[in-house]
Amino acid sequence: MDISVKNVTKIYGTQRALDDLSFEVKTGEILGFLGPNGAGKTTTMKAITCYLSPNKGDIFLGGTSVSKSPDIIKKKIGYLPENNPLYMDMPVMDYLKFIGKLQGVDKANIEAQVCKMVRICGLDLEKHKKIGELSKGFKQRVGLAQALIHDPEVLILDEPTTGLDPNQIIEIRELIKEIGREKTVILSSHILAEVEATCDRVLIINKGKIVADGTPESLRKEAQGKEILKVGVNIDDKNTVYNALQQLEEIEVVSFVDEDKHLFLIESYAGKSSAQSIFEMCMNKGWYLTQLTPVEKNLEDVFRELTN
Amino acid sequence: MKQIWIITKKELKGYFDSLMAYILIVVFLGLSGFFTWLYGNNDVFFINRATMQPFFSIAYWTLFIFIPALTMKQIAEEYKTGTIELILTKPISDWQVVTGKFLATFLLIAVTLALTLPYYFSIASIGPIDHGSVLTGYLGLLLMSAAYISLGIFASSITSNQIVAFLLALIIGVFFQILFGIIAGAFPGIVGDVISYLDMQYHYHSIIRGVIDSKNIIYFASVIAAGLMASELSLVKRNIN
Repeated sequence: MDISVKNVTKIYGTQRALDDLSFEVKTGEILGFLGPNGAGKTTTMKAITCYLSPNKGDIFLGGTSVSKSPDIIKKKIGYLPENNPLYMDMPVMDYLKFIGKLQGVDKANIEAQVCKMVRICGLDLEKHKKIGELSKGFKQRVGLAQALIHDPEVLILDEPTTGLDPNQIIEIRELIKEIGREKTVILSSHILAEVEATCDRVLIINKGKIVADGTPESLRKEAQGKEILKVGVNIDDKNTVYNALQQLEEIEVVSFVDEDKHLFLIESYAGKSSAQSIFEMCMNKGWYLTQLTPVEKNLEDVFRELTN
Repeated sequence: MKQIWIITKKELKGYFDSLMAYILIVVFLGLSGFFTWLYGNNDVFFINRATMQPFFSIAYWTLFIFIPALTMKQIAEEYKTGTIELILTKPISDWQVVTGKFLATFLLIAVTLALTLPYYFSIASIGPIDHGSVLTGYLGLLLMSAAYISLGIFASSITSNQIVAFLLALIIGVFFQILFGIIAGAFPGIVGDVISYLDMQYHYHSIIRGVIDSKNIIYFASVIAAGLMASELSLVKRNIN
């Protein structure tokens, strides 16, 4: 089921949380939603899940309007709100059954469905405990299980891995990836590596507007511009190397990274690659090349450039 | 209807899992039992007649205090923990959530009142009792409880602090319970009539005396409806700012 957000504007008091925001998500896509705090990520998710209605514009899920038929839409969405709110004094099983019933899971299927979710989310040992007694990671799994209980076509996860330890983060990511094979998933996050690891497409928003849209690779490439290489030459006299490097015609700037280890950072002119000529030069002079690695800009740099 | 019942069942279970229900039942039965049978002044033996009137008078005040304690957390806590967002993004409308919670508290009160039926059987076995007025007495208590529950839920729906919700429900309650009756005397003519119509004691007493007037029923029905609608509005309010 595809999601299309059309010209959505949401105003809180005098502040425009979403400013004429439009984007589409195709069926089976995992979309990563990035942005600094207060960019409008959560507001967008609340609008898609019918919790808030936008001042202007509308959202469609598979052609059905969110504002006109929220009851149909709500059945198709599995939603994990920010900070994962849960009824702390309910036992896990009761809670999942309660949500399942609300979501309209058949009475005959509900037991089986709850058991399936408990298994998928690894809650078997904890299923009879009260939710308030669980550790944060298990609470997060309960939140995910609750979002998945009715086998929704669309999954919306607001910062699904906050507060988890690295092992749990990896487990939850794997889980999302696996689920995302058949479903349309939107997830928001502060952790860029996470988005890079799980998502097919990244959307960066700032001040309620989209500032970047594309696969993680294409975003990185776009921001890359010039080629940057880290070069290490194992020769005592570093100034000779420095001068020799500077004389190569593809190279714009040469700078020292680590003087002791004879490492240089080399920036080529736009559109040119200097790797080959560096290699050939060293070969001709009989120098021993210890390192020749491209320095890639990561998503963090892209993010900082776009949202600052 | 199914959705409302799901919420009602969950809330009722919450009352019984958290001891709230047992405390209410024990304290209510204790208090009303004491004043009905043992108090010595104005109890059944003092009046020396087979009547439930002492019970209906005391139950009226006990419920007045207890109901805000039951309703205070119903929506306020959902705001505080954020579960309101969880529940309202499920296929359920705002009014179904409010009505479900209302019904849960109402059923709890109904169960509590049902547990006082042995008082009725005991008194009926002592002497001739006016069965009609007992029936209307219970009806009056149920109507009055429903009105305060709906006002209590409204108080709970405008704050995320349970204590504020409790006090607010009591303050609103005091107006209906006492103040409207007093204020009405200060205003002559039509204004006074309107204010005295709002006084809950007046309607309650005319019902427990055995007179069921459509005027009284309409009064309780409108207070209940107003409370529930106001609660729903304050949930919808999240969209207006």
